[in-house]
Amino acid sequence: MKYLKVAFPKTLPVLAGYLVLGMGFGILLQVNGYGVGWALAMSLFIYAGSMQFVGISLMTAGASLVSVAVTTLMVNARHLFYGISMVDKYRGAGHKKPYLMHALTDETYSLVCTGDVPEGLQPHRYYLTISALNHTYWVMGSVLGSLVGGLLTFNTAGIDFAMTALFVTVFVEQWLTTKEHRPALIGVEASVLCLLFFGADHFLIPAMIMITIALTMKRKILEQSETFEQSATSQQQDTLTLDTKDISMFDNKEDCV
Amino acid sequence: MTTIISNQSFWAIVIMSAVTLLLRVLPFLVFGHRKTPAYISFLGKYLPYAIMGMLVVYCLKGITFTAAPYGLPELIAVALVVVLHVWKRNTLLSIICGTVCYMILLQTMM
Repeated sequence: MKYLKVAFPKTLPVLAGYLVLGMGFGILLQVNGYGVGWALAMSLFIYAGSMQFVGISLMTAGASLVSVAVTTLMVNARHLFYGISMVDKYRGAGHKKPYLMHALTDETYSLVCTGDVPEGLQPHRYYLTISALNHTYWVMGSVLGSLVGGLLTFNTAGIDFAMTALFVTVFVEQWLTTKEHRPALIGVEASVLCLLFFGADHFLIPAMIMITIALTMKRKILEQSETFEQSATSQQQDTLTLDTKDISMFDNKEDCV
Repeated sequence: MTTIISNQSFWAIVIMSAVTLLLRVLPFLVFGHRKTPAYISFLGKYLPYAIMGMLVVYCLKGITFTAAPYGLPELIAVALVVVLHVWKRNTLLSIICGTVCYMILLQTMM
């Protein structure tokens, strides 16, 4: 309960986005002749928003299984990056780990990637709560869309912007919590460059390659400025330890008295 | 005929699930059972910043600047989110205001 209480507010933006996008997916699936069972299965087992939309067109076009596999590889290759950034944070998660890995979507990643865990909570249980909540929203959205999608009269055009807004806030939050802005700038610049060069449908993989290369080239500089910051803090810690020593000496004297 | 389509779709879903899961699990399989190599720890530390930038661009990739509404709803709403978040640091507030702003702009400008 404690975990739900802390995790739920953090997932509210995803609740909004996933319900809406999920419903959009459920409706589209329904329109193409696939009922609620298909929506449930796809959202439970694939659980990758953009891929599921692409999946509908692959299924209705009767695409070959090889092209389904290749398309999935291309559309979801970015998940490799999420895994690489979470290897350390998900280490030692035990029986929770298989599910944590399966549920690592863009949105879940954006909530867990900073590694900020509220005080007094066990990190892996907190990550699990976030992951399971988000997955529930996605499944609920797609099932709802499949069942009652046609009955909606409220103009929801543009509500999927919640997802963009979530990523923008995480980006700004990360920007404000660090002095090192080069990685963030590399991410934006490489993506914009690749978007202009390769076009909207094919820019993700080149962008990921370019980001990796740029970060690797800057590795020395980044790690140097990091050790500089660390040595500054460890000096502070040294003075702190000195202080404690003084106090303990003082204590000893008192003992003598 | 329905059964053929269902069969095909069933296997398509199996393949999509398997490939997606593979992509999600692979880094953990390769690096999970030994001490993380320094290079991967380095990437793990700095990739989140770069990837969030990439995801923002990914969300905005559909904007066309050459035709009405010239990407204005997106740009205005993103600017609002940034300003609000720098000012108040309240994630939920930033997202709700940004989304409502975008919906109003989109539905009145289109």
